Amino acid sequence: MSATMEKGVRVLKEVIDSRIASYFSSCVHCGICADACLFYTETGDPKYTPINKLEPLCRVYEQEYTLLGKLGKLIGWSKAVTDAELAEWQELVYNSCTLCGRCSVVCPVGNDIVYMVRKLREGMSASGNAPDGLKGAVTRTVTIGSPMGIKLPAVKAQIKHVEADYGLKVPLDMEGADYLVMLSSMEIINFPEYLGAIGKIMHSVGKTWTLSSEAFEATNAGMQIGNSDLARVIVSRIVEAAEKLKAKTVISPECGHAYTALRWEGANLIGRPFTFKVQHIIEVLGEFQAQGLLKTEGMETDKLTFHDPCQLARRGGVIKQQRVLMNMVAKNFVEMPDAGFMNWCCGGGGGASAIEEGEELRLKAFAVKIRQFDAVKPDRLVTACANCRIVLEEGLEHYEMKLPVIGLTELVAEHLPEPK
Amino acid sequence: MNDLAFLTWVRGTGLDIALSVFVFGVLWRLIEIYGLGAKKDLAEPRRADGASGWHTIWRRSFPQKEAMKKAPVTYIGGIVFHIGLGIVVFFFVPHILLIKGVFGLSWPGLPSQIIDLVTVVTMAAMILVLVDRLVKPVKRFLSTKADYITWALTFMPLLTGWLAVQHLLLPYTLMLAIHILSVEILLIVLPFSKLFHAFTTFGSRWYNGEVNGHKGVAV
Repeated sequence: MSATMEKGVRVLKEVIDSRIASYFSSCVHCGICADACLFYTETGDPKYTPINKLEPLCRVYEQEYTLLGKLGKLIGWSKAVTDAELAEWQELVYNSCTLCGRCSVVCPVGNDIVYMVRKLREGMSASGNAPDGLKGAVTRTVTIGSPMGIKLPAVKAQIKHVEADYGLKVPLDMEGADYLVMLSSMEIINFPEYLGAIGKIMHSVGKTWTLSSEAFEATNAGMQIGNSDLARVIVSRIVEAAEKLKAKTVISPECGHAYTALRWEGANLIGRPFTFKVQHIIEVLGEFQAQGLLKTEGMETDKLTFHDPCQLARRGGVIKQQRVLMNMVAKNFVEMPDAGFMNWCCGGGGGASAIEEGEELRLKAFAVKIRQFDAVKPDRLVTACANCRIVLEEGLEHYEMKLPVIGLTELVAEHLPEPK
Repeated sequence: MNDLAFLTWVRGTGLDIALSVFVFGVLWRLIEIYGLGAKKDLAEPRRADGASGWHTIWRRSFPQKEAMKKAPVTYIGGIVFHIGLGIVVFFFVPHILLIKGVFGLSWPGLPSQIIDLVTVVTMAAMILVLVDRLVKPVKRFLSTKADYITWALTFMPLLTGWLAVQHLLLPYTLMLAIHILSVEILLIVLPFSKLFHAFTTFGSRWYNGEVNGHKGVAV
């Protein structure tokens, strides 16, 4: 056994808790999770059955934490996990799992399969079995500050552009603002309209906000690759910035995994509760709407539908707000089959979109999205995650479907009343 | 050993051994699993956890519409055989008398004709899910020897009990003894096999529901 392999197994032993023990003891191999997974439904290959992706973790659990498993290992009935096996499992644990969580909500015995995939990734990463694309993204986030290698000057340049284009001030490092706004690299490079939209909306509802020069990137490749130590380093930057600027609320951008990393994993990563609130931008807009602060005018008249990012809806509990907002600005808002809680993943979540060798499989799995779109034939597709947006655009292009994809925040911002 | 001596042994020493292993095994496994503990979630809950764990324990007993469409045999076969097993084990009058003898607790049973019918339906449902396991690529792929062995160990008490009541195949005394022995084997194996899901399913559903309740996701 190599040294990295030993480390991997040690990490796997450490992550196993009573939840994982209970889950593995409950699985009866019914296979219902397979039908919930887009990588199985679109390929028909049983190896993509979610519970099968956990085989190495299951064996470590049985061999290390059960009497019979220990006995089995002793007399050679149960084989130890090998380097080659973990290497083979890379495709199953990363490329073909977006942590979308559909399997976790259909399992009849109640297993939270995604929770276990997330934990298995800790051992995969420690044993050197994570995909190169994700390794690169983590290294760039830790050393440069963002997975796409974006530095502060790029953000400052965008601030300048937005200020010029929208005629409003973008505050940087302002103390005591109501909201500290985080971005994702994708928004800095591909969707500058997001920042403009935030500025317009905050101005319109009369709230103060700021960006931080020390923490502007909200995505957390450390969580995606399954390295809690690096995930902690990345999330700590945001915590330090928020506490330094005395922000009351940190806004997670239109990015699903950034939200999970900050909202649900963040406090657990740093080992103490946050002193500030964390909200996804859609929750913030929903709150403005409910408080009567958010006023819009005019309606989109073409047929719009909404793609729910998994981490926002199924794994995050934000399902109603986006629908209220859609209906505020769109006359012809239609729902796709399975929309909302059971929406199908774009196929690029959980870091999958950063894995080059997974592209072919990802595009194949995208067929499920095409079926959803075909069912309602929308004119435009709205979502609230920049990563979903890019992956959706790539998939649509591959299947030669003309369907523009837009972000909900910018759509709302387009309908703000003109300042008098 | 003649049939009667065999029956006497399984009703006496055999039952004592089986029940002891079962009780010790269940306690051992519960401690082995839940004694590992889980870290407290430090993220601020969207709302108080409330009864989401209990909700999930209840709601996961029923299929979601979409999942049902994709795996009707698994769901219907599974639900029928679990309920059938429960009825046969706990509402057949001789079983109730045995439980009364051991624990002093008793309740009204069902007429034996109904138990007969339920037994046959339960066995049919079990055969159906077994065939499904052999035929469906995913289930076949996932299945291990243990899955087939535990199926057989669950099926045997049903079959032998039914044969004994119907006075088929073997003399009644011998068949009854085999029936009791098959139950004892099941009791001994249960804590240390997949069959232990009979206990951990509730814990797993509770954990899953608790996490979702914490996040404010309704499942």
